[in-house]
Amino acid sequence: MSDELLESADERELRSGVREMLSAECPWQSVLAFVSGGGDAFDPKLWRTVATGMGLAGLLVPEAQGGSGAQWRAAAVVVEELGRAVAPVPYLSSAVVATTALGLGEEPSLLGRLASGELTAALAVPYGLWSAPRLLPVSAGVVNGTVRGVADALGAGLLLVPCEDGLYAVDGAAARRTRVMSLDETRPLCDLEFTAAPARLVASLSAVPCALRVAATLMAAEQVGLASWCLDTTVAHLRSRLQFGRPVGSFQALKHRLADLWVELTQARSVVAYAVADLASGGDDASVAASLAKIVGSEVAVRAAEECVQMHGGIGFTWEHPAHLYLKRAKATSVAYGSPDRHRARLATLVDLPLEAS
Amino acid sequence: MASLITEASLRSRISEFLAAHDPASAGRLAFLRARFDAGLAWVHFPEGLGGLGAGRALQPVVDEAFAAAGAPDNRPGRIGIGLGMAAPTVLAHGTPEQRARWLRPLWTGEEVWCQLFSEPGAGSDLAGLGTRARRDGDDWVLDGQKVWTSMAHVARWAILLARHDPSLPKHAGLTYFVLDMTAPGVEVRPLRQLTGEAEFNEVYLTGVRIPDEHRLGEVGEGWKVAQTTLMNERVSIGGGALPREGGMIGVLAKAWRDNPARRTPGLHDTVMRLWVRAEAARLTGLRVRQQLAAGAPGPDGSAVKLSFATLNQQISAAELDLLGDEGLRRDSWAMGRPEEVDFTGRDPGYRYLRAKGNSIEGGTSEVLRNIIAERVLGLPAEPRVDTRVPWKDLPR
Ligand SMILES: Cc1cc2nc3c(=O)[nH]c(=O)nc-3n(C[C@H](O)[C@H](O)[C@H](O)COP(=O)(O)OP(=O)(O)OC[C@H]3O[C@@H](n4cnc5c(N)ncnc54)[C@H](O)[C@@H]3O)c2cc1C
Repeated sequence: MSDELLESADERELRSGVREMLSAECPWQSVLAFVSGGGDAFDPKLWRTVATGMGLAGLLVPEAQGGSGAQWRAAAVVVEELGRAVAPVPYLSSAVVATTALGLGEEPSLLGRLASGELTAALAVPYGLWSAPRLLPVSAGVVNGTVRGVADALGAGLLLVPCEDGLYAVDGAAARRTRVMSLDETRPLCDLEFTAAPARLVASLSAVPCALRVAATLMAAEQVGLASWCLDTTVAHLRSRLQFGRPVGSFQALKHRLADLWVELTQARSVVAYAVADLASGGDDASVAASLAKIVGSEVAVRAAEECVQMHGGIGFTWEHPAHLYLKRAKATSVAYGSPDRHRARLATLVDLPLEAS
Repeated sequence: MASLITEASLRSRISEFLAAHDPASAGRLAFLRARFDAGLAWVHFPEGLGGLGAGRALQPVVDEAFAAAGAPDNRPGRIGIGLGMAAPTVLAHGTPEQRARWLRPLWTGEEVWCQLFSEPGAGSDLAGLGTRARRDGDDWVLDGQKVWTSMAHVARWAILLARHDPSLPKHAGLTYFVLDMTAPGVEVRPLRQLTGEAEFNEVYLTGVRIPDEHRLGEVGEGWKVAQTTLMNERVSIGGGALPREGGMIGVLAKAWRDNPARRTPGLHDTVMRLWVRAEAARLTGLRVRQQLAAGAPGPDGSAVKLSFATLNQQISAAELDLLGDEGLRRDSWAMGRPEEVDFTGRDPGYRYLRAKGNSIEGGTSEVLRNIIAERVLGLPAEPRVDTRVPWKDLPR
């Protein structure tokens, strides 16, 4: 059934496997060390474990190309768990978004390398893009121009560049890449400059909106992961922190806010499950579902992270506490692939509730 | 025990039944009674009680097949308290005789049920109620006052919570009964609500006798039995299956489409935010029903009632904002005595006013937030002064 919204036993097992691995290999202290160090494109050791060790980079690659064959629901589980851990790896950008774009062309060998995890790729569009990208000029097999603020492009071996007559592949090293100091350093951004960079046509431009729809949907899964960490961590803190001779979690002013947050998270989980199930079943309703998911996912992630900081008091405002990693990731993801406001504008058209009379 | 009823075997039972009972000629009540006796009423109930012991997930198969055959239904809107609250409580805590007596006419709609829980001094703090039940031979004698009792004016039976021992702490002194609303000493007075009509009532109980065989559960177990009722109440309010734009949001979306001249950017933003919230709530309801069907009812049900109330209020308010003074026109202020609860009907003013009750009836939104915080999230309870003292010594 296409709208089965409950997790299967396999999915539960995958979730606990990924969570267990991340608690060993990606504790928040190592994420904090990663952002404090500044400079790395991603955590290569963790990427090897996720992509190759656990074989997760190929979930969306067809079996004939060495992957496991379009397992959307499984990919969403992985993305959600990586979000829960604010893991600094390019899974969403490479194994989901770029892989989707490339999968819509005819590039079996590149897909095979992405599935193995040896290569990572990035769609060369601004992180906040939600509609048609600006197209770069291409002629005689070379591309020129710049793209600002691209996620996870710094360490990508392959860049997928939307050009005037299609999507082109450019070797990562052929672009000038300048790291941007970004609000969320767990998913680095960089500016790209192409000067007569050799480029090869790999897919038609219709791959871009398709990849962006997938990006919005799966980003919402990441946001559910971020929000659920924030809620769990805040609840645990409120149960143990004593003030006025009682746990602060017994104060109703805080309890009611967390109850509302839980309701919002429960709803976001249902919406994401629906949107991912819709991708899996061929996507009749994919555009509506993707926008819905991106709106509720963004709102709950930001609210959860903001409440997490506030309810931890002074300690939540310190660099040495992980709350800020989630706050920064949450706010950045809310802008990524279209803010809630942009998606509401799109939805208005999709569901026939336009502002202007037609 | 694995259920032996498959979808295929259920479908063949339904066709056999429909072949033997023509919905067009069978007469409404005779048809409904026969459907109950064939186990095709609520299929997850036990055999002999309107069910087949089948999985809950199969219920839509039955309902859709009967609807498609043009069969009369039991008008669920009229018997919501019976179906949603009394029936699961009787099933869980009733004796075999009690189940056999009450469930069939409840389901067919021959007997309407109401809920005599709240009192003037005990709403959110239901366990503080004071209606007295004194044992007298094989009977109990009841004295007290209940209030806000929806549909008491059409009810034949009531589920009722009363205090058999005031010297015990509040929760321990309660016993649960089923009351015959036609018994001497039961007086139902209309209580007009802010919509103008009187859907609910005050119910005065003066020396009312209830036979001991109409007690549900043990003496002193009233609070435990009431939990079954309350849990089911929360799932049943706002938990129905709806298509996209079903319910209150559909009304607002239509008003938006029909009134291009009234649109503003600010209202547009409001409409879109509410549309998204309503769709998220609808999909959550879908997931909750799938959990229930899979036999693993999660805590997500309490999210459904809470967001249903908030959304209905915000959506109906937005509809008035959109319609301007045209939206102020009401169909009537007469004190009607409705026989069905209607949240989305009549006029925009009615919808706006009736929705105010959604965050009060069936547990206020504040109380639901306490329940979620404590039972779902595991946050500590507030310090309490009222739970260990004898009820009679509590301040009132
Ligand atoms: C339309 C409608 C139909 C109803 N139908 C029925 C029916 O059929 N049968 C029946 O038995 N009852 C019925 N009720 C009654 C309903 O269950 C009660 O009104 C409700 O439980 C609230 O109780 P109260 O009115 O005494 O308010 P109170 O409990 O006095 O509450 C007053 C305010 O205090 C808040 N409050 C109370 N305790 C707390 C707390 N611990 N923490 C935070 N805030 C708190 C409440 O949320 C509320 O805002 C109906 C009510 C309505 C509006």
